[in-house]
Amino acid sequence: MVAKRIIPCLDVKDGRVVKGINFEGIKEVGDAVDMGVQYSKDGADELVYLDISASHEGRRTFVDLVGKIAKGINIPFTVGGGIGSLDDASRLLDAGADKISINSAAIADPSLISKIAGKYGNQFVVVAIDAKCIDGQWMCTTHGGRNLTEVELFSWAKKAQDLGAGEILFTSMDHDGTKAGYACEAYARMCSELSIPVIASGGAGSIKDIVDVLTVGKADAALAASIFHYGEIAIPDLKKAIAAEGISVRL
Amino acid sequence: MIAIVDYDAGNIRSVCNALERLGAEYVLTDDPQTIRTADKVILPGVGNAAEAMASLRSKGLCEVIRNRRKPVLGICVGMQIMCRDSEEGNAQCLGIFDSHVRLFEKTPDIKIPHMGWNTIGNFDSKLLKGLPKGTYVYFVHSYYPTLCPDTIATCKHGDTLFSAALKYECFYGTQFHPEKSGDAGEQILKNFLAL
Repeated sequence: MVAKRIIPCLDVKDGRVVKGINFEGIKEVGDAVDMGVQYSKDGADELVYLDISASHEGRRTFVDLVGKIAKGINIPFTVGGGIGSLDDASRLLDAGADKISINSAAIADPSLISKIAGKYGNQFVVVAIDAKCIDGQWMCTTHGGRNLTEVELFSWAKKAQDLGAGEILFTSMDHDGTKAGYACEAYARMCSELSIPVIASGGAGSIKDIVDVLTVGKADAALAASIFHYGEIAIPDLKKAIAAEGISVRL
Repeated sequence: MIAIVDYDAGNIRSVCNALERLGAEYVLTDDPQTIRTADKVILPGVGNAAEAMASLRSKGLCEVIRNRRKPVLGICVGMQIMCRDSEEGNAQCLGIFDSHVRLFEKTPDIKIPHMGWNTIGNFDSKLLKGLPKGTYVYFVHSYYPTLCPDTIATCKHGDTLFSAALKYECFYGTQFHPEKSGDAGEQILKNFLAL
């Protein structure tokens, strides 16, 4: 049986891992390669690196960094942030990324999913979706949650799957940063409607939150950032707790 | 010397990186003579079996690989094209392993591609020496090699039991990616290099 995955997410700005407390307060937390190596030693199943640089210079630095990450770590990793074309995806594949995640660009042009998947396979394409619940309806947002779209979450996720996405990384903007638990109900619904893996993101504050999203939420993987970066939850402890619940997990 | 076969088969870089982490020297090559004489050959692969076969054929490498008498390791699609045939693009393959490559059947309780960490069992081979029972390795694939007399490790996805690793004479293959399988994967690559 495929193990449920634990995925630390690292936001990278100009080559360094940072954590934004809010939009103004970005704080540096460490070196991207060193942190990746440490997480893989701790038992992370996969890593996600998101480029949050806004400049072209920052983007170039990120491609170089992806090359270094690929040399340094021996587990799979996904890279995302600002990927808007097949060429962007190709550059990151050549640098050594196992998967890329596309978000706003896929909403603007859904054919980007089939273009990248057609060339490199479905397994290479993660479609990231940031959504929030408005009057009982889950709606997609773009540009880090700043722009609300008229695209409904579940139909978009299904469409992304049909276009060739290999996985969906769904972040609930209502839960992100709250540390009050994941949007379990929404994940359970998405997992029952899709045949591809769903990665849950947004809201992890405790081991129980993660266990819940993997059981009640039926998610295939749980992604979190700050609770891992600041050592609030140690991955070995987390995995032992998940295994103790009878969930298949790599120890 | 280790030759990694360069035949436009996706993310070959990650196999190179894994060998570099182990301090092994290698060349990335499509030169038949180099591949014929190398001590070890690795045939990586991500992508499509039919395309991989076409690429291998156009480079004149099919016979070179089939005729080797020193270790060859096929990884993922690299392993699949060492089987008899593949349902992916109806490819006739190298016919080294007595296995057929089939598409996973869609059922409500499994996800395709089979992606992520899964356990392998029933292994008995130098390639998998030192791995504890229930070792997790990393898989990414939609097609699987059937069980056959060459199977040296199995894996189960849904109700389908398939070959996770194969061996015939000096030829080895893994459906999973040792280069992405953490410490277990490194052990397997070390075992291969020590053959």
